[in-house]
Amino acid sequence: MFRNQTLPPVDPLPEAYEPIVKIRNLSVWYGERQILGDINLDIPRNRITAIMGPSGCGKSTLIRCLNRMNDLIPGARIEGQVLFNDQNIYAPEVDVTELRRRIGMVFQKPNPFPKSIYENVAWGLRIRGFKGNLDEVVERALMQAALWDEVKDKLHTSALNLSGGQQQRLCIARALAVDPEVLLLDEPASALDPIATLKIEELLREISENYTIVIVTHNIQQAARISHYTAFIMWDENRIGRLVEWGPTRDIFTNPKNKCTEDYITGRFG
Amino acid sequence: MKGKWLDETFRAFAFFSTLIGILVLCLLLADVLKDGLPRLSWKFITSFPSRRAEEAGILPALVGSAMLLVLTALFAFPVGVAAGIYLEEYAPDNPFTRFIELNIANLAGVPSIIYGLLGLEIFVRAMRGITGGRSILSGALTMALLVLPVIIVSSREAIRAVPKSIREAGYALGATKWQVVRDQVLPVAMPGILTGTILALSRAIGESAPLITIGALTFIAFLPPLSLKALQSPFTVLPIQIFNWVSRPQEAFQANAAAAIIVLLLLLLSMNAAAIYLRNRFQQRLE
Ligand SMILES: Nc1ncnc2c1ncn2[C@@H]1O[C@H](COP(=O)(O)OP(=O)(O)O)[C@@H](O)[C@H]1O
Ligand SMILES: [Mg+2]
Repeated sequence: MFRNQTLPPVDPLPEAYEPIVKIRNLSVWYGERQILGDINLDIPRNRITAIMGPSGCGKSTLIRCLNRMNDLIPGARIEGQVLFNDQNIYAPEVDVTELRRRIGMVFQKPNPFPKSIYENVAWGLRIRGFKGNLDEVVERALMQAALWDEVKDKLHTSALNLSGGQQQRLCIARALAVDPEVLLLDEPASALDPIATLKIEELLREISENYTIVIVTHNIQQAARISHYTAFIMWDENRIGRLVEWGPTRDIFTNPKNKCTEDYITGRFG
Repeated sequence: MKGKWLDETFRAFAFFSTLIGILVLCLLLADVLKDGLPRLSWKFITSFPSRRAEEAGILPALVGSAMLLVLTALFAFPVGVAAGIYLEEYAPDNPFTRFIELNIANLAGVPSIIYGLLGLEIFVRAMRGITGGRSILSGALTMALLVLPVIIVSSREAIRAVPKSIREAGYALGATKWQVVRDQVLPVAMPGILTGTILALSRAIGESAPLITIGALTFIAFLPPLSLKALQSPFTVLPIQIFNWVSRPQEAFQANAAAAIIVLLLLLLSMNAAAIYLRNRFQQRLE
């Protein structure tokens, strides 16, 4: 059924993409339990990469490795490397706060700060002692997140009064305000209605010209609709998440090399 | 059938127990109001104690209680909140930390007179040079020790109640731990911390045992000077004044005690009202 859907254009030279993040032999444990095994994956610059797979296979775990959010989970341990612009982000000399500024993140459930809309967007800059024109940056970030028109008259009211979809776009604006290179989104639309979801997908397509986007989704149509590249993760017989297949989204959806991928995208998988 | 009968009996029992509690409280209140209200006046509040009951007032005790309250809060609040932040956000999860946590919880249950003995040794005797001995400063430091465990515990609870998603949002923007705690966690936790602090302080306001132990006076015929020296001056507080009057045989002094109790109750009620107000605001914010 997906074969009839309009698919995003494939990179003219998919072999010649330029990776901004390279995941090499990455394994992750939470305590004793191994969650991910030996993942190798490239994230092409200024493209949208979708990470797809059934619930609980380790998608969130994987993208949380890319900005070291897993450092915050007691008992989390990794092996292997994540190279960002060819530097291993797990090297001891890496400044984690600077890394997280350059690789931003949006979570599954909208989590605005219980402050004004303006403060939500401005805080990431304030804590860095930003000297320029804050108003300008806030406006630009809200524009990019397609939220400006809806909130420009109430910038100083509480962000918690916004709808779920607006809150999630605010979280995107907040992440964009600190000028990251990569934006990680963990099922950003799973708590939203279809119209709000569409809005977010549209804005991601728009900003993908200037940002590298990694979006986790267990929604197959969503991956097909918006991504240039798709990675498919699935657990093996030991319940360890493995990368089954990845490549240009069109190839994955029209010509999957792996039986498992095919079963999943055609909905034959439970 | 039997279960239902038991259930009904227990319900009735619980109801009557509650009723008895409320009834006794009302009787006490009515008694205090009957004796105290006629005595209550502006003059009563602004007069010094006296050997003649009808001329006596509570001014030094009220000022003493107020000063003690402010000073205690000044000492205990920053230390308690800082300790709460440390234990909740920074302390490593090891046996030493758990030992400290356990002891703080235990300290909250130590009888107040023990704090009085501690205060007597440390603040009144050992630190006499700074505190001036049996002074309001010694009293406030002792009270600060008394309320500190409660403030630490309630700060921790308020900090823990801040959703994890807010911290994650902060870290994901590249904030340091301190920036997240200072700008995101503390503002959300503050009403909860203040609620706990006010309730702890309202306990301190009603205490007399530790203050008697460290040597608060019962008869003060002057106000502390309007300078730093005030901290080192002798003092009394409302509960001690009340205790003093109650122990007099004359009827008139009993009325004074009742009137002073009303003032103390009003003080406590307004503190509790403030705590409830803050808690409600806290809940609204999290929704
Ligand atoms: N903090 C944690 N501690 C221990 N196990 C966890 C933790 N978070 C997730 N898991 C486990 O790791 C597995 C993968 O979780 P996750 O990465 O959230 O999957 P997905 O995002 O694909 O649904 C799940 O089995 C989950 O139970
Ligand atoms: Mg997930």
